[in-house]
Amino acid sequence: MAHKKNRHVGVVGIGQTEYSSHKEYQNQVEMVNEAVRAALADANMTLNDIDCVVHGNMELFEMVHQPDMWHSLGTGAFGKPEFRITTGGTTGSTLVCAADNLVASGMYDVVMAIGLEKLQEGNTTGGITNMADPLWFRHLQTGALTATTATMMIQEFGEERARRAAMKYRIMMDKHAVLNPRAHRRFGLEYEQMEDLMKTSPKLVGDLRLIHMCSQSDGACVMIFACEEKAKKVSKKPVWIRDHITVHREEMFNNFGIERPEMTHHYAARKLFERNGIKNPIEYFDVFEMYDPSAWWGLDWLREFFLLEGDEHIKMLENDEWGLDGKLPVNPSGGVTSTNPIGATAMIRPAEVALQIRGDAGAHQLKREVKHGLASGFGGTLWTVLIMLEKDLKW
Amino acid sequence: MKRVAICAVAQHKIEPDIWYKRFQGMLLDILEDIQAQTGFTFDEETGVHDIVTCSDDVFDARTISNAGMSDVVGAHYRGEEKMAQDGLNGLGYAMSMILSGCDDVVYVAGHSKESQSESRNMCTNLAYDPFYGRPLGLDYLCAAGLQARAYMAKSKITEEHLAKVVVRARQWAARNPYANETNQLMLGDVMYSPMLCDPIRTLHSYPVSDGAVGLLLASEERAKEFTDNPVWITGFGSCMDSYFMGDRDLASNFALRKAAECAYKMAGIKDSKKTVDLVELMDCYAYQQPMWLEGLGFSKDGMGGEFIDASGPAKYNVNLSGGHLAGTPLIIGGLYRAVEAVLQLKGQAGEHQAADVKCAVVQSTTGGAGQFHTVLVLER
Repeated sequence: MAHKKNRHVGVVGIGQTEYSSHKEYQNQVEMVNEAVRAALADANMTLNDIDCVVHGNMELFEMVHQPDMWHSLGTGAFGKPEFRITTGGTTGSTLVCAADNLVASGMYDVVMAIGLEKLQEGNTTGGITNMADPLWFRHLQTGALTATTATMMIQEFGEERARRAAMKYRIMMDKHAVLNPRAHRRFGLEYEQMEDLMKTSPKLVGDLRLIHMCSQSDGACVMIFACEEKAKKVSKKPVWIRDHITVHREEMFNNFGIERPEMTHHYAARKLFERNGIKNPIEYFDVFEMYDPSAWWGLDWLREFFLLEGDEHIKMLENDEWGLDGKLPVNPSGGVTSTNPIGATAMIRPAEVALQIRGDAGAHQLKREVKHGLASGFGGTLWTVLIMLEKDLKW
Repeated sequence: MKRVAICAVAQHKIEPDIWYKRFQGMLLDILEDIQAQTGFTFDEETGVHDIVTCSDDVFDARTISNAGMSDVVGAHYRGEEKMAQDGLNGLGYAMSMILSGCDDVVYVAGHSKESQSESRNMCTNLAYDPFYGRPLGLDYLCAAGLQARAYMAKSKITEEHLAKVVVRARQWAARNPYANETNQLMLGDVMYSPMLCDPIRTLHSYPVSDGAVGLLLASEERAKEFTDNPVWITGFGSCMDSYFMGDRDLASNFALRKAAECAYKMAGIKDSKKTVDLVELMDCYAYQQPMWLEGLGFSKDGMGGEFIDASGPAKYNVNLSGGHLAGTPLIIGGLYRAVEAVLQLKGQAGEHQAADVKCAVVQSTTGGAGQFHTVLVLER
């Protein structure tokens, strides 16, 4: 196993559009261009400084074949090398890994990664359902809507505690989103509404209610990566990509086995922490931006990502330890239940971590100093990408 | 720069309609072939942890088309990333994974079944923007028609030239057991075949094709674990041209020239005509063979017609596999070309083996009328 990086790679530019359910005023090219311009301005660069472009989104959501060809009008890829790499929901984080690899390899010094989605222009749940095998599962799948995790958590922790915890997690995320002017859904929920929402929010599937589920959003996120030498030259506060890991799994969901198989979240975290000598991730990391497609999944996955046992993750929630002032703040940006332009979503995670490390997150900037950040991507059949970001080149 | 090795390759026989096997079955055959050649495993310590796949959501009519591949490329608890362009870019990306130190062994696999869609043109029509290009009926065939017209005028390409390209492709395809279309043709068959998209005739166009390919890549240090006969990737380059065809000089080879320049520079090639022994290029339509050969520097600019008259394609061992023209699916066209070049460099190309191949150039294109080009240099 390699993982000895050929050279260091730093994040030197970040650009995001605002995220919303509709962007009638711009087409895909214009939306991408808005984020590209923002990232270039943030990096104090022009297109001439970009050696290579990496692009990704989900073709069947907007029903454009090889969309990077058309989008090249807005990405600035004209006359440049380009890669289009996609992995479903994980696409955004895969693009970050790819940009990191491309820069670290020495093939390109500066790489711009672009993740986007304009879900308004397609049918998201139809698109996701279309990933299922046409012979075996397509008639059964309901997009990404599933209550399996809710059912399992209710079995493990009891109805009352599990339902309250999932709703508390959701309201906490909304409270974070309210502070983030780019976030799509900012309801202004209060914890007093918990009991009410647990009864009145429309049911989607089983115990998964509308309020638990992520949004369908439009938006683009762009990050610019540079080799150490250039990063130090152009940026006052480059954020370093320390390591990343991608863990996919077999196509079929094994929900009915006697033993629950190890989740990719757990496997990825275990491997990543082990090879980086992180013994206590809760103590080590200052912020975690998680791809949490629903409140149930988000809460459940915290246990997997931090290698916790039993009800530790729920206890931490009950004690407000995942909040902005808690032990390990999760999703200060509001996360994915508030904002989900799928091809961009998994890139917004490391982008937001980098902003936190720089101290440039704005109203949702954490009060503590942020040195070590973790970002996750989720996609496909429960796949995971984990990315570690650092303030200093000391590890 | 360190070198990256291609240790082994495998290809599925290309057919017009592999209705009897799902793409998973095709990919499993490829995986087992490469495992038999190299003995590679998915062991947690020493095996493959990272896989680059290549497939297409639109051609598969399947969101996240790589999800269906994960089981048969070994991506269980392993990394897997999908190249959503022509697969040759997947080799460039896999190369970066190894050079970066991210991993030292990478398995690359791709599939494409053009037969599954009602029409290729329907798929590639979706590549055009929904406002101007799509309603006009643009697709990759129409775009190629416009480019063919512009290029033929510039480089004085006649019907005879195009027919020669196709007849030669079929002759070589007959020696390649993996080729799709091997029916032999006379010049007249091509010249009087029905018009498909003026000036592209039916026999100027590659037939509908289904296939799958795989390659095992490794770092210089680890290559010997898998092969005694590695082929080295020594150059990679790619370049994007503009989207609107009105913004482009369609006959200029702008993107291909830049891609080739970058790949040659990395490989230290000063004059491709002197250094390169073999060329495998993605000629979806007959006019593209002389045109891409100009872009790659084998023919002088604007001299494609003369180049064919002087048997340039034979001189530079161009597409001894039969090339894309004999039928290769889009999306993995470049990967098939790379696999053929690797076989030639290893001396394992069988009846179409060229003598003493030391350096080969592989080219592929993505998008309409060669909007995007990729060039790979391979050496023994």
